[in-house]
Amino acid sequence: MGTIIIFIQKAIVQGMGILFGAEGEILTEKSGNLNLGIPGIMYMGGIAGLMGAFFYEKGTENPNAFVGMLISLICAFLCAMLGGLIYSILTITLRANQNVTGLALTTFGTGFGNFFGGSISKLAGGVGQISVSTTASAYQAKIPGLSKIPVIGSIFFSYGFLTYVALLLAILLSFFLFRTRNGLNLRAVGENPGTADAAGINVSKYKYLATCIGAGIAGLGGLYFVMEYSGGTWTDNGFGDRGWLAVALVIFAMWKPINAIWGSILFGALYILYLYIPGLGRSTQEIFKALPYVVTIIVLVFISFRKKKEDQPPEGLGQAYFREER
Amino acid sequence: MNKEPMFHMSKRESITLGKRIMIYVAAILLALIVCAAVIVGLVHMNPLGVYKAIFDGALGSSRRIWITIRDTLVLLCIAVGLAPAFKMRFWNIGAEGQVLIGGVVSAACMIYLSDKVPNVVLILLMLAGSAIGGLIWGLIPTFFKAHWNTNETLFTLMMNYVAMQVVTFCICFWENPKGSNSVGIINQATQAGWLPSVAGNAYFWNVVIVTILTVAMFIYLKYSKQGYEVAVVGESDSTARYAGINVSKVMLRTMAISGAICGIAGFILVSGSAHTISTSTANGRGFTAIIVAWMAKFNTFIMILIAFGLVFMEKGATQIASQYGLNENASSIMLGIILFFLLGAEFFINYKIERNRK
Repeated sequence: MGTIIIFIQKAIVQGMGILFGAEGEILTEKSGNLNLGIPGIMYMGGIAGLMGAFFYEKGTENPNAFVGMLISLICAFLCAMLGGLIYSILTITLRANQNVTGLALTTFGTGFGNFFGGSISKLAGGVGQISVSTTASAYQAKIPGLSKIPVIGSIFFSYGFLTYVALLLAILLSFFLFRTRNGLNLRAVGENPGTADAAGINVSKYKYLATCIGAGIAGLGGLYFVMEYSGGTWTDNGFGDRGWLAVALVIFAMWKPINAIWGSILFGALYILYLYIPGLGRSTQEIFKALPYVVTIIVLVFISFRKKKEDQPPEGLGQAYFREER
Repeated sequence: MNKEPMFHMSKRESITLGKRIMIYVAAILLALIVCAAVIVGLVHMNPLGVYKAIFDGALGSSRRIWITIRDTLVLLCIAVGLAPAFKMRFWNIGAEGQVLIGGVVSAACMIYLSDKVPNVVLILLMLAGSAIGGLIWGLIPTFFKAHWNTNETLFTLMMNYVAMQVVTFCICFWENPKGSNSVGIINQATQAGWLPSVAGNAYFWNVVIVTILTVAMFIYLKYSKQGYEVAVVGESDSTARYAGINVSKVMLRTMAISGAICGIAGFILVSGSAHTISTSTANGRGFTAIIVAWMAKFNTFIMILIAFGLVFMEKGATQIASQYGLNENASSIMLGIILFFLLGAEFFINYKIERNRK
């Protein structure tokens, strides 16, 4: 029993970072932009949050956890948005190819994160690894009282606040996309920008906003990983391939934020499953680690078999829009 | 209301080669200025010193020159492999995985067959095996794309990570010494399965193989009937179908070629330079090569220039980073900046901006 609770807990912890990334990517893809730069953007968000907190904690006598948290949140969101903005300028205004631009952004963002993660303390004149324990404590703080309830407390209330932000965000996003006028417009832009344009919707504006805000949200995934999961430290490539898992999760969730919630927990569970199955050899463990990707491939094939309209990617996904080109 | 914008843009019908080159040169210069500014901001180095250090890092000694050439060749090989797929507008994002599988097959041959067959046979087996490995890895997503129109961008992307797990799976059996979780240099004593040095040059065969592939691919795409079919499918699926081209067949054939060449790139990495295998054997080259192939607009000779330019900058940035004790990821940042500028430059090649006249 105890192991199962820990397993569920760990699966959720693994899943939330991916969930942020997937939420950002769903919003982006709904506007017709396939942003393969998400993994890089998540690195950018993570390192920017860490740097913000680092300079704050270094510059003040008695750093306050709450202020550090605010600073790192803002830094992470803005820096990730900057990544989204680069992508937007190149693909929307300059009509560069989306796949190529996204991959370039991932190269850039991953390098950006690892570079500053490894060098920031040296550049600031210090030595050793950076650690922002004060700020991280704000992210790791659990709900007092509730988290002490046995079983229910451990499964539902034993996480930092970002977990609940991620869940709330999925619900809000779902409401926005499927229940509001602006959400409808956004989906129209993603499905068929030509028609949306003819209906008087400002295609570029929707694409820019969705991509930049989506990038900002994805950046929080990196921040979550750095602050709550790693306790305010940076390890090179520590974030690993979770960014691509986020892209995979979007497909798995069939572009629906609510599906992404349980999908992220499932992915998190698959990601760590090998640790909990007794008697696995090292080599079998490695096979198990491929599970999230294999499952995604199966879902991808499955939705292309079924051809159900609601489950398909946005029709205009991956294509630049140029009004004068028909 | 309804103010006329100052400028309007329209698609160019055509562009002269001179203009095209000028646009790219301008983009690269701008990128270099931004890169230097970033470096100067970080390490307070004299900007001219930056360029000198970059040059030193990439071409400063004959050993460095050969490392730059070696890495250029691998990047070029993958890009050449991707060219037909991309020309067909088939988004093969899975080169990384195809390279890894090619590398795994090569390594497996080196480990299991080195004392069973003569060296020449071994190397030929490795070459063929890696090509077949990459081919299979490339054909799996293509099969689904051809029959059920499954999204190939996402499918090939996922295949990369499955390939990485295949590599770590194999490492569990091959690790040497035990417990190190890495394979180490394979056949260090006998050098079995290593591409042999010719006249003291360890990379002779790398040059030969990649040159042959580059020229052959250029001819294939430009002058063969199959290459023409690839171009038609790339322009429009429907046009190809009306013209009586069997689109599924062309797709499968082209991706078989694409995957096989990427597999060979894995062979070159394992047999021709690293002599080992790990998940970072491909080291993101599969992704960078996509950008190379795209920038060169599938012209394999232009790919040589672009691949060299990117590796040159990467080596240079690594040099600067090590001089200042910073980490080597600086080179990815530089690479990213240059790519952003080159991607942006494409706009000015495809479109022209004119002032609106009253």
